[in-house]
Amino acid sequence: MKFTEEHEWLRPENDVVVVGITEHATTQLGDIVFVELPEVGTVVTKDEEVVVIESVKAASDITASIDGEIVEVNAALADNPGLANEDAIGAGWFFKIRPTDPSQMDSLMDEAAYNALIA
Amino acid sequence: MSELFHTPLHDLHLALDAKMVPFAGYAMPVQYPMGVLQEHLHTRNKAGLFDVSHMGQVVIKGDNYQTVATALEALIPVDILGLDQDRQRYGFFTGDAGGILDDLMLANRGDHIFMVVNAGRKADDIAHMKANLSGVTVTEITDRALLALQGPASEAVLSALDPKAASMRFMDVATLSLARAECWVSRSGYTGEDGFEISVPAAEADTLAKELLAHADVAPIGLGARDSLRLEGGLCLYGHDIDTETTPTQASLNWAIQKVRRIGGDRMGGFPGADVILTELIQGAASKRVGLLPEGRAPMREGVPLFAQADDATPIGKITSGGFGPTIGAPVAMGYLPTEQAIEGATVYGELRGKRLPMTITSLPFTPANFKR
Repeated sequence: MKFTEEHEWLRPENDVVVVGITEHATTQLGDIVFVELPEVGTVVTKDEEVVVIESVKAASDITASIDGEIVEVNAALADNPGLANEDAIGAGWFFKIRPTDPSQMDSLMDEAAYNALIA
Repeated sequence: MSELFHTPLHDLHLALDAKMVPFAGYAMPVQYPMGVLQEHLHTRNKAGLFDVSHMGQVVIKGDNYQTVATALEALIPVDILGLDQDRQRYGFFTGDAGGILDDLMLANRGDHIFMVVNAGRKADDIAHMKANLSGVTVTEITDRALLALQGPASEAVLSALDPKAASMRFMDVATLSLARAECWVSRSGYTGEDGFEISVPAAEADTLAKELLAHADVAPIGLGARDSLRLEGGLCLYGHDIDTETTPTQASLNWAIQKVRRIGGDRMGGFPGADVILTELIQGAASKRVGLLPEGRAPMREGVPLFAQADDATPIGKITSGGFGPTIGAPVAMGYLPTEQAIEGATVYGELRGKRLPMTITSLPFTPANFKR
């Protein structure tokens, strides 16, 4: 699993990568009440805004940390956005992306580096 | 945050692991570990304890109540003379153009008036009264904390400390003995729920708060939930939903101005902006504050422009308060629209992240008030 400074996690799963935000991020955001997900089939480039998260406090953007095509989004978040709070790195995932260049993952943080960042 | 004022409950907030934020010059708890959503629901279902010590507590004294009430009626367009002893009333200071300088609660305490005003406006309010009132003394009470106990369990909780609490009705005020201290209590609040606001000597505030929190039904609640509770309750937040640019009629606050102060009343007018305000009370105003229910789940917050049609170029109004309503389970908002377009059930469009999303105009409050009248 890889991490970004924007508090995203990326977990390779066969030829796609599952993306969500970390428990540290959801704790900081507070109760999440709405997640606007991209449409399946959207091609995104690194640093492009791809998800909007609305918590009880404010709206936050999530940017794509790698290039690729969105192949699936977590429909369960539409009815229950609180899943992102309850199970940030599991059932609260946001989308799956098929990377254009899987080597972009190499420059992201590993868990130890991320834990050091938020410590 | 060293330059921020601390309330008498500051240490307690830290001990309760509150997330502290600056608000109106004070370090205030925005939420506790329970989180805004659960704090909101807890208040609606049981009882929440809020520290509102940042708000201004003011005593206005004169020869007698009539003197003080008559003086204040020159600045506030509500029936103060006719307010019974040990009763409280909502009001506001108005400006010469008819706008609202601040909204407030005032209570007839027999020989004086006790007033609670907004934290961000208290210095101006006190200066305004001192500059414009003669024959009365205006004193800010700085040695008392202000707690709000809100929610359906409030009566049971407070009457366990002083049985007199149970006999109070909505907007009654009384002196109760709580935590062995003389407390000035009103049966009111700003959540749309039954509850009490308690002015307690600063030295006893921590003890009283801990006694209240010791009850299984009481949880500490931060400013985050206070905001979502008052929004669902359709209540205005000064500086957002009302300000010097909004008149009482625009703000849908006509109900706060009693007949005796209106045209034809025994004490009509005689307050700043009366020409504008009295005319609007009869003829209406050009714009109006309404409730707005966004379709879908995306919250529409303060500042979102409102359009009559999805493809219109020019907005007709804007949202002044908005967010997620935990009790409604959906986003809720308030905003201003031209009066002729402020029709309940009609659709307007809010622009969010470049998209025009439909919202239904609705009456306020979103959640029915749960007062003990």
